[in-house]
Amino acid sequence: MDLTLENITHRYDGLTVLEDVSLHIPAGQILCIIGPSGCGKSTLLRLIGGLEQPSAGQVLQLGTPPAGCLNPLTYVFQDFALLPWRSVGGNISLVLEDHGIRGAAADKIIDDVLARTKLSDFRAALPRQLSGGMKQRVAIARALAVNPAVMLLDEPLSALDAQTRELLMEDLIGLWQRQPFTGVYVTHNLAEAVRLGHRIAVLSRRPGRLRDVIDIDIPLGERHIGDPRLEALQTRLWDAMKQEAMAADQELLHV
Amino acid sequence: MSENMHPNNARPVPFRGGGFRPVAKRGAAIIVFTTLILLAEWGTRTGWITNLTLPRPSDVATTLIDLWRSGLLWTHLSVSLSRLVVGGTIGITAGIGVGMMIGLFSYVRAGLIPVVAALFPIPKIALLPLFVIWFGIDEASKYALIALGTFTPTIVSTYGAVDNVDRTLVRMGQSFGLSWWSIVRKIVLPGALPGILSGLRVSVAIGIILLVAAEMLGAEYGIGAYILQAGSLYDLERLFAGVLILSVLGITTSWIIGLLEKRLLNWRG
Repeated sequence: MDLTLENITHRYDGLTVLEDVSLHIPAGQILCIIGPSGCGKSTLLRLIGGLEQPSAGQVLQLGTPPAGCLNPLTYVFQDFALLPWRSVGGNISLVLEDHGIRGAAADKIIDDVLARTKLSDFRAALPRQLSGGMKQRVAIARALAVNPAVMLLDEPLSALDAQTRELLMEDLIGLWQRQPFTGVYVTHNLAEAVRLGHRIAVLSRRPGRLRDVIDIDIPLGERHIGDPRLEALQTRLWDAMKQEAMAADQELLHV
Repeated sequence: MSENMHPNNARPVPFRGGGFRPVAKRGAAIIVFTTLILLAEWGTRTGWITNLTLPRPSDVATTLIDLWRSGLLWTHLSVSLSRLVVGGTIGITAGIGVGMMIGLFSYVRAGLIPVVAALFPIPKIALLPLFVIWFGIDEASKYALIALGTFTPTIVSTYGAVDNVDRTLVRMGQSFGLSWWSIVRKIVLPGALPGILSGLRVSVAIGIILLVAAEMLGAEYGIGAYILQAGSLYDLERLFAGVLILSVLGITTSWIIGLLEKRLLNWRG
């Protein structure tokens, strides 16, 4: 299932945050969206998943989601959004219960996604017992449980420390290699974007317009820390964004 | 320059942290209580405090023991407890229900918050004659009084608790396509539970206050009736015995709510 954004414009109380964004999101690839702070990239993600309605333009699904897909557009949030009163297993079963999946059928799915995210030993643990990286793994496991057609990741690693971020990036690459998924990955971290993105969409500062779309041909598995090709790409992206980021930093907040 | 070169100037950095975080100290409450009681006993025995000012604690204890031996303690207590439980259950259940509705629906919120604000400050005791006309002099009017008294504070604490539920969790529920009812049951209600339970402490205390008020009219038995009888006869020993029972009731309900919190909110750690 592909997604297409057609001339998306979005305003909050007369303040334009996104202007005329058109973008194609092909199946089986990860698209990274980067831009200076406040450029509306998280808003764009909420629009893609239907949590908000654009002021103008539309988001289109091309084709039908694959069979067995419970929730086609599934989010992974920056602050994990785990229910603190439910165990790791309970947080995953939460999203299955409404589809009538309980008991043995639910156990099978939960065991599978926990194994894929290396969490099998923590099924009974409560969120407060887990580190930030583990919490985000639980959130990723929960997203995998509904077998999404598109994963919408909203700065999923931004709340984590640098080392944990590195580990989780490797985990995400591993997950994609074993079973390629379609992903939209919003981040302000250029290093994450060049490691995880098949394509990178660069937004300008507010009102966010699409400035550039860059394709990266290097397979995900061959991208390592310190790869000169990635470093060069990252420098190029930073040069393109630096002025915008500086201007965005000087702006007064209106929200 | 090495830091060891000025040993004369070296002194430890003074500690400025600590405090502002009360920790549980076992037995402190017992020491305070016994000190106060012993002080009263000593004062009344030496005549420093006259018997008209304060009854002797040992006399109050004797009165309590007599009451217990005569079997009347259980009569009074069981009648009062059933009133508190029935009235409190009605008021608290309705209060949680209405509070949830106010927290969830804009129209209910806009329509009912002023009504609650108008009801809350009315001393419910003043409405007792009205309740007697509406529900009769029997149990129903007493239930109604306690129910109304616990109803309003429960509403206020419940919708406050619902307002404080983490919105990102609600958005997460929506993003996974959970039904409205699932979100209310599995996200909003458990998220509001800490606030609801701490509001319950206030509601139950108000319920106990109103219990005494409700037993002012047409009650033969009950702790409130017992206290009021003693009060009208200026029988201070019995008055204090009754007040003591109410205090114990207050401590017990607060302890039960504490247990509930421990059990239901164990996820907070």
